[in-house]
Amino acid sequence: MPTFVYMTRCDGCGHCVDICPSDIMHIDKTYRRAYNLEPNMCWECYSCVKACPQHAIDVRGYADFAPLGHSVRVDRDEEKGVIAWRIKHRNGKKDMNLLAPITTKPWGTAIPRLADAPAPTKEQRDSQLLYNEPKYIRMDDGDIHTLKSNGLVMKKGVQY
Amino acid sequence: MFTTNPFADLVSIIPLNVIQGYVVLMAILVVGGTILDMIHKKSAKYFFEKGQKAKADRERDVGAGEAVGIAISTVVVDVATSGEFCNPKRRVSHLFTMYGFILFLVSTIALTFAYPDRTAPAIVAQLWHLGAAMVMFGGYWFWFFIRVDVAAEGVPWYRIVKADMFILSLLGTTTFGLVWSLVQASGAGVWTTVFLGLFIISATVLFGGVMWSKFAHMFFKPAAAFQKRMLKADGSNQNLPKLGDLSDPELQKRFPDIPEYMGTNPPNMGPGIKREAPSHY
Repeated sequence: MPTFVYMTRCDGCGHCVDICPSDIMHIDKTYRRAYNLEPNMCWECYSCVKACPQHAIDVRGYADFAPLGHSVRVDRDEEKGVIAWRIKHRNGKKDMNLLAPITTKPWGTAIPRLADAPAPTKEQRDSQLLYNEPKYIRMDDGDIHTLKSNGLVMKKGVQY
Repeated sequence: MFTTNPFADLVSIIPLNVIQGYVVLMAILVVGGTILDMIHKKSAKYFFEKGQKAKADRERDVGAGEAVGIAISTVVVDVATSGEFCNPKRRVSHLFTMYGFILFLVSTIALTFAYPDRTAPAIVAQLWHLGAAMVMFGGYWFWFFIRVDVAAEGVPWYRIVKADMFILSLLGTTTFGLVWSLVQASGAGVWTTVFLGLFIISATVLFGGVMWSKFAHMFFKPAAAFQKRMLKADGSNQNLPKLGDLSDPELQKRFPDIPEYMGTNPPNMGPGIKREAPSHY
């Protein structure tokens, strides 16, 4: 479900306009407050909800995880470096709080200096592996995972 | 020039009771416009409904003493120092326009009712001129650089929309008022009449257009700020999640990712996206 703005809470700072990847958060020409001008183009990325310093933007969650009358709210605290979610059902029986880190170091202090990284060797250039990827996202421990290396065989036809 | 009452010369053209009647009429228009605005937009109804809804979600009752404390902090932080604004430039600009407008308004009433002749103390006339200049400084800064249409939407400063009625009529009132006072003091007869006319038109739009402009924000914003603080105090907090103290062992036990990735005593991470102004439209 798309985002919507509580106009009494919005102070028209423009952070949501700036961050919206779909460019659908804009400033209302009458009230100078933010609004979602094309709700059916909203992909619910929650960027504007998290960026809003006034907590003025909300999203109606899908009924499968939050039935009508529910509330799904988020607080992204950059100074603490965490994001907190609260999912509350309409009958109040389900009231779930979640908390997770969004950074481990102060913002802007750990930007990788790719220009200083050593240039790839000829062997690395000829390799199928990506060069200089962080180890956390590499899936090539030992070598590239293939069907053969995992003892699997491609079967013909649709398999269920 | 700045020490004389600009309304003292006006009395020779317009009778004093007409000038005073105009000021009273503007006050009536503000009150009437605000009431009509509340009825039309149902803002008061929505405001109280929201308060009632939040009552069901509260975790504790806020006592009378605490409510008074919240009211005081609302006045000190949100009203007197415009604490709502996260953009410091916008906050400073708002403080200039707000206090400038208050000075301009109070000294106008003093100069037209208490000292309508040349006996006005110099300080009152000076405050009238200073108030107008303060509104102009804060207002033009806002109009050309800080206004979200310009700063975040990439709209040129000369594109005017309905939302600009308040700021433009406010700037018109103070600018034309100040220019009228200066021209009148220099003795330029025709220009005095022209700027007096522009001053009256802008002031009438400012005070008479409350229903269509954001003039009423000076009444409902403090109420909304007070309600926001009350909701935080009673625990309902607009259903927002609680962040808590990250160094609390109980919290760390419940959310083990915090000590694992951030350490047992997480540092202040500083501003993130707020390191840059929102100008990437």
